[in-house]
Amino acid sequence: MTKENRRYDRPRGMGRGRGPAAMMPGMKAKDFKGSIKKLIAHLSPFKYKILIVMILAALSSVFSILGPRILAQATNEIFTGIMNMVAGSTVGINFTRVGQILLLLLGLYLISSLFTYMQGFIMTGISTQVSYNLQNSIAQKINRLPLKYFDTVTHGDVLSRITNDVDTLTNTLNQSITQIITSVTIMAGVLIMMLSISWSMTLVALGILPMTIILVLFTVRKSQKYFRAQQEYLGHLNGHIEEMYGGHVVIKAFNREDLATQKFEEYNEELYNSGWKSQFISGLMMPMMHFVSNFGYVIICILGAFLTTRGRMTVGGIQAFIQYVRQFTQPVTQIANITNVLQQTAAAAERVFEFLEEEEEKPEEPKVTISNEKLPIEGNVEFSHVHFGYDPDKIIIKDFSAVIKKGQKIALVGPTGAGKTTIVKLLMRFYDVNDGAILIDGHDIRDFSRDDLRSLMGMVLQDTWLYNDTIMENIRYGRLDATDEEVIAAAKAAQADHFIRALPDSYHMVINEEASNVSQGQKQLLTIARAILSDPKILILDEATSSVDTRTEILIQRAMDNLMKGRTSFVIAHRLSTIRNADLILCLDNGDIVEQGTHEELLKLNGFYSKLYYSQFDRASV
Amino acid sequence: MSEPSLARQTGAALIRLFYTELGADLSDIQRDYIIRTGAYMLLVTLIGAAAAIGVGFLATQIGARTARTMRRDLFSKVESFSLEEFDRYSTASLITRTTNDVTQIQMMIIMGLRMMSRAPIMGFGGIVMALKHSISLSWIIALAVIILIGVISVIFAVAVPKFKLVQELTDKLNLVSRESLTGMMVIRAFSNQKHEEKRFEEAARELKNTNRFVSRVMHSLWPSMALIMNLSSLVIIWAGAHEIQRSAMQVGDMIAFIQYAMHIIMSFMMIAFMFIMLPRAMVSATRVEEVLKVVPSVRDKEHPAKLPDKIRGEVVYKNVSFRYTNAESDAVHNISFTARPGETTAIIGSTGSGKTTLVNLLLRFYDATEGEITIDGIPIKDISQKQLRDNIGYVPQKSTLFTGDIASNIRYGKEDASDEEVENAAEIAQADEFISAMEEGFKSPVAQGGANVSGGQKQRLSIARALVKKAPIYIFDDSFSALDFKTDAALRRALQESVKDSTIIIIAQRISTIMNADQIIVMDEGRAVGIGKHKDLLKTCREYREIAESQLSMEELA
Repeated sequence: MTKENRRYDRPRGMGRGRGPAAMMPGMKAKDFKGSIKKLIAHLSPFKYKILIVMILAALSSVFSILGPRILAQATNEIFTGIMNMVAGSTVGINFTRVGQILLLLLGLYLISSLFTYMQGFIMTGISTQVSYNLQNSIAQKINRLPLKYFDTVTHGDVLSRITNDVDTLTNTLNQSITQIITSVTIMAGVLIMMLSISWSMTLVALGILPMTIILVLFTVRKSQKYFRAQQEYLGHLNGHIEEMYGGHVVIKAFNREDLATQKFEEYNEELYNSGWKSQFISGLMMPMMHFVSNFGYVIICILGAFLTTRGRMTVGGIQAFIQYVRQFTQPVTQIANITNVLQQTAAAAERVFEFLEEEEEKPEEPKVTISNEKLPIEGNVEFSHVHFGYDPDKIIIKDFSAVIKKGQKIALVGPTGAGKTTIVKLLMRFYDVNDGAILIDGHDIRDFSRDDLRSLMGMVLQDTWLYNDTIMENIRYGRLDATDEEVIAAAKAAQADHFIRALPDSYHMVINEEASNVSQGQKQLLTIARAILSDPKILILDEATSSVDTRTEILIQRAMDNLMKGRTSFVIAHRLSTIRNADLILCLDNGDIVEQGTHEELLKLNGFYSKLYYSQFDRASV
Repeated sequence: MSEPSLARQTGAALIRLFYTELGADLSDIQRDYIIRTGAYMLLVTLIGAAAAIGVGFLATQIGARTARTMRRDLFSKVESFSLEEFDRYSTASLITRTTNDVTQIQMMIIMGLRMMSRAPIMGFGGIVMALKHSISLSWIIALAVIILIGVISVIFAVAVPKFKLVQELTDKLNLVSRESLTGMMVIRAFSNQKHEEKRFEEAARELKNTNRFVSRVMHSLWPSMALIMNLSSLVIIWAGAHEIQRSAMQVGDMIAFIQYAMHIIMSFMMIAFMFIMLPRAMVSATRVEEVLKVVPSVRDKEHPAKLPDKIRGEVVYKNVSFRYTNAESDAVHNISFTARPGETTAIIGSTGSGKTTLVNLLLRFYDATEGEITIDGIPIKDISQKQLRDNIGYVPQKSTLFTGDIASNIRYGKEDASDEEVENAAEIAQADEFISAMEEGFKSPVAQGGANVSGGQKQRLSIARALVKKAPIYIFDDSFSALDFKTDAALRRALQESVKDSTIIIIAQRISTIMNADQIIVMDEGRAVGIGKHKDLLKTCREYREIAESQLSMEELA
């Protein structure tokens, strides 16, 4: 349970900005098509909204294409007017006509901007809803996965799917749908417009296109290499810093500041090298694109000028064409980028869906129900030929049998890592036995629903778990429908009332995020109160070891004794007094139950237990 | 003033007619002019591109170099920190300052240099050129810029405070998810899955709504920019047409004016964005500067006293008190004792009683505020930190290992230790058994922070690391807690042999670990409430008896 990996909240490096997505190091999806398909399936509830977005995107791009063309008419009108004046006519510029055109444009621009905004508005609604749905699915999934799953997957990994991956997904989703449509429409529209003005000039403009694409792809690829390197070195450097700051005491004690700094210098240098290169090369894109498009601009100007002198083109025509050429390069760049964006989306989607598709806990088909005392449970527990291994090929509990009567106390002893919690996990059905059965009052625990079974049991682990809410709510966690009075009564029985009342806001004090505003011992008392409140038939207790001060330890002991009264209890024991009073002692070593019996019986065996027991009295002190 | 313009335009038309009359090859003349102008334009473009690349190169160099230097300075500064400074800033915050904040500054420098070198020149140049073409239309540009800045300010004023909220809500969502992961067993034990899902849903919904709002506000940015630019060009054409009608302007001038107007508006847009980005980088810069300005509280004397090569290792605390900065009372108050070579001094007491602080003073992680600690009669404040620590073998409470392998971690205690010395240390620390069980033995890799070794193994390795040093003074800060009774006992027996001439100071929670020590110091709320042997303390010291009673049974106490 302490396997928590805190890496996810390590400060993130560069590359999380909302900048040009194509510049991020590319993660590739294993199954690109499959992931995209699933993503589309997830979007299907929004298909009408997406359709509207598509129409809006297409319309707003059509308007922005028409703009220059219509503007050209205005210019032409002015030009004709002035030419007339030059020719001596008194008519001059037709302001009514110019005004009409400009008013038309005004409407067009207004609508275009409005449509662009509406696209964003609707897409934002969709993408935030999708991310909310996905996040909730993941959160619910966590509760349905077998505990076994988390033996191999770190918490950081799951967390990063909830936040980072869903984030990437919705961000790129948000942008790419409109981007694809806009880019394609603009490209097609601009092409038509350019052709309608002059086919020869269009040919020249198209000739520039391959150059643009090659440049874009080249820069993207090059800079991606360095971005990836930069990301990697940043990871090294961050890791080193984290490690060195975390181990500051040791470094100081062993005078190794030089070693730490020397290694830091290496990483720092690497990061510097890849850092400036990636920035520089990605920064090349803009000036290069600029140059290419300016190059095209010049050629088109020259060509256009020729055509105009020959009277085959109007001044407004050139003006419009130039504007179109400028508009043309942008969608080309975007489409070149979009494949990258899609790759990222697919990779993120894959990670999210992969998690959502993990195999869940076996569905239950309860044969007995204990809700509302219809089936009174006394708390007799029997282990009958239990076999179990986390890995089915590596059985660690072989043929374990024991009969425990209600109200008895069972001590689990053994060195660290011997598998004491394994027994607990089997009993709680966090894992299922491979063979044999565990029975409660004669019923196989697999015949209960998990909720029913667990409602019979209370658990106080050394690794106390409190969450970011008030103390009152944290105790109430044992039974959500308990009244405040019941909570306080439980706290009193757990010897916790006194210290709680001494805290600021007493029962309403909020446990902070790191649960560091109450001491370790106090946390233990709170979890005991929680277990008392749930009033279980069977208790599972993990005795406190060293990290608690003496006075609190006495309180905890007293609280635990209160709790155990009249209940069947399994105690992971560290204390001699507990071990000696136990009705049954289970000795574990390497996950195996090596001996079982009462204290006296086991001492007589003169085996593992007696060695373990006497080693405590080894007076060999340093 | 309108006359020359009309005259020029008229002139051009007349000259053309004139040339045609003459039969001159008009298109030849025009072609030459066009090609010459085109070549000139290309040249300008080329120079422009080269200059932009140059700016990019210099900007990234300056940014990356500044970041490199800043990181280096920060790191070596932090390395010089005593624990006092670490307490003040917290490890997490120091990490963020060395990594994220510096990155933030670097990005700002690069972007700033690129934009700030361009925007004002572009803006200024645009203004000059635009004015050259028409002064009477310049009010349009001014108006557009004012509206633009107004719109940007409003959008950001609405959105920026929400950015912070989004971050907070994301953290909250992270917290709730983290809680339901770490509390998985508890949640299932109490069948509270639905409760958790509801908690998560609430956090996710709040995040969704805020995100939606912010995103929608930000989405209005681009359409309004586009609108402002488009509308200003419409206004220019309308007003320009009137100017042209009055013969105050040529058509080409008007088109050029539109282009310049766009440049000017763009440059003001860039400048506005810069001013929005700047505060974020400023926050980072302040955080970095804060660390760089710190003067470590534990410093070496200018001319530190030298310890002899071989010291006896007698440690004397004389009326030592220590108070954390800004604390109301002493963490350690008026402690005096002598730890002699070949003897074991044990320190016991409840959490927060000042045990660790007491030994941290000997290591000079903090300097005593009152009183004095001496080694062989020399005050430790006179000795350089390096020399002092060279003489102490220290096993910290939290056994931290470093990336590398098992051998490199043990060798951390003594750089030039032979393989034999390393193996020997591992053997005493009871680590040889599990090391040889590993596939690669002493060459087995250790992950960052020792994540791939268990708590008990880590503790034994960190003991081996101290033992390989063969120091005259040893400090064990609660170093046996993760070991089971059996290993604990075996380790202590082996230790007794190997370090019997050294001064040993040991902090423990288990009475059985220390009951045979030569002297036991019982700490309570920063004071030594009892110093003596186990048997005597049982009789004379109430706190000691309380601890003993909670851990041992009556017969064992007898």
